[in-house]
Amino acid sequence: MNVDGAMQANLQGAAVAARQTSGIAREWRLASRTVRFSAICLALFYLLAAASPFFASYDPTYQNREMPDCPPMSIHLNAPSDWSRGLFYTHPMHMNDPIARTFVADASRRLDIHLFTRGHLFTTDSEREPYFMLGSDGLGRDLYSRIVYGSRVSMCVGLIGVLITFSLGITIGALSGYIGGTVDFLIMRWSEIEMSLPSFYFLLALAAVIPSGMSTVATFFMIVAIMSFISWAGFARIIRGMASSVRSRPYVEAARALGASRWRIITRHIIPSVLGYAIVAATLSIPGFILGESALSLLGLGIQEPAASWGNLLAQAQDVQNLARYPWILIPGIFIFLAVMSFNFLGDHLRDRLDPATSA
Amino acid sequence: MTRFLIRRLLNMIPLILGITFISFLAMSLVPGDFVSNLKLNPTITPEVIHQLEAQFGLDQPLMVRYFKWLWGVLHLNFGFSLQYRVSVTGLIASRAFNTIILSLSSMIFSWAIAIPIGIIVAVNQNSIWDRCLSFLAFFGMSVPSFFLAFLMMYLALKTGWFPIGGTFSPDYATLDPLSQIADRINHLILPVFVLGISGTAGLMRLMRSQILEIKNSEFVRTARAKGLSERVVIYKHVLRNALNPFVTMAGYSLGDLLGGAALVEAVMNLQGLGLLMLEAVRSLDIYLVMGSVLMGTILLLVGNLLADIALVAVDPRVDFSSVAAE
Repeated sequence: MNVDGAMQANLQGAAVAARQTSGIAREWRLASRTVRFSAICLALFYLLAAASPFFASYDPTYQNREMPDCPPMSIHLNAPSDWSRGLFYTHPMHMNDPIARTFVADASRRLDIHLFTRGHLFTTDSEREPYFMLGSDGLGRDLYSRIVYGSRVSMCVGLIGVLITFSLGITIGALSGYIGGTVDFLIMRWSEIEMSLPSFYFLLALAAVIPSGMSTVATFFMIVAIMSFISWAGFARIIRGMASSVRSRPYVEAARALGASRWRIITRHIIPSVLGYAIVAATLSIPGFILGESALSLLGLGIQEPAASWGNLLAQAQDVQNLARYPWILIPGIFIFLAVMSFNFLGDHLRDRLDPATSA
Repeated sequence: MTRFLIRRLLNMIPLILGITFISFLAMSLVPGDFVSNLKLNPTITPEVIHQLEAQFGLDQPLMVRYFKWLWGVLHLNFGFSLQYRVSVTGLIASRAFNTIILSLSSMIFSWAIAIPIGIIVAVNQNSIWDRCLSFLAFFGMSVPSFFLAFLMMYLALKTGWFPIGGTFSPDYATLDPLSQIADRINHLILPVFVLGISGTAGLMRLMRSQILEIKNSEFVRTARAKGLSERVVIYKHVLRNALNPFVTMAGYSLGDLLGGAALVEAVMNLQGLGLLMLEAVRSLDIYLVMGSVLMGTILLLVGNLLADIALVAVDPRVDFSSVAAE
């Protein structure tokens, strides 16, 4: 009893000390430059997703029929004497060849870009005379605004997918490990089936089930559900294996010998020991979801027009003619790349911090 | 060994049944079927449609169709592509050939690059090379294959150094055999690079971490203490032990031979199984989809089995009972 009390006090002291020195500031100091860059990138993308109407310059579905496939426009700083009109201006562009869709900038005219106006970060007076920061697509829609709105789909698909996969994986993995017997046997055979699926072919076959008339939100959740359905099994198996191996560790046996209840052992000893791995695995599996959604949308089986996702924005590039003439339509790919790379860096960093046993 | 093999092969039967049934179910849940597109065509009479439905077996209940398909598969009859009007077997075989060439070349590409670089980087840990290449590996791992494919297509468009997508030139059939091979290789360069780059990055990181782990173990210190040269220590002691997970990886990547390239095939318009599968899914060509899923599954299972056998063969610490228990 005395020993237990001393241990408790000791542990609590250690926990308090850890809490004082941990926290965001300490984590920030420990992180490398690449990890900091990744964290900023992801924070920015989630900000874009959360406040899309503010960050987007225009309605992402507004079609400017006079300006399809317009290249990214230049931005200029006004002279300080003109700052009452606004900080920045651009030269409006006009199509000079409707067949080849080439544009020229009208250098004699200035188009003011207003900051923090009408609820947008930056915009122009009218959608009819727009400032296309990243160019426009084949229907004359602002690519930048579409990327901002597309971040909602692409950034959320990973979070929600991981949430579903991991709650399924942890519950089923733990259940399978604790109940054992026939339930364990059946769950493990089922997970073997799922793990032996040729995943991309299967994803294609399942994505075909999504009716084309469905709303964007419903399609989004169908895609997330399909990808979670494919990916929970491997995770459940690992959690099951870890849980059963932790169960026979000396510290768990010590807790049992000290008379700790089963509930206490599970919540205080087993789950925390698995949690580090789970967080790392969760972070590292988010890119898979982002890439899966992008791939499906790119192939026309995911999020449908006029809604935007980073994947379906790239679909236009599948036409070689578009790719050759309007290379700016590849810009959404850079966003996908940055998001994927940031999650990879962050996951790798978290592995070093939380799960030192498996890091190299 | 024999018992292990029999057990694993028997285990595959419920796996294949389960996977094919789920896929069959998924394809049947799709609203409409292959014939429903024809129904919109006013020149085709309802009688013809009924006849086609009966011919393709689309009017029968799900279970009946599944077991009919399964019965056919047991007789090596994979059914009939509704879209191409030829047997699925021939269609898959011709496309799978292209895909396997592509996947194998990119595998060889990534292994041939990743392993030497991994060794060099690990031996010179924390050198400028290590830092640069490890960073580049992260870059390579994170570039989406379809995005890289687009970038390479753009490169081909702008420079004209490479053909822009496709498996061979339009005049392929008129070329002599030697030029045919050259033409194919020319079309392979960019896809192989695109497919190989992410594999290269992953393998390099694995090789590096493996060597670093083993470099600090006691038998390596013993080898050094014996006065062996650094060369012998690295190649005879460290490297041999570091290669274990790669044996398993080789087996697993066999399972990925058919499916791994699907997306790149679709983007770069390569006449492989992935593109065929995509078209089949789009046009609800159910038996073609089922054939591709079945092929992919079997290859994946066989690859995993070979990986386990190879692991037992190279690692004396692992035997069949421990592999089977996993």
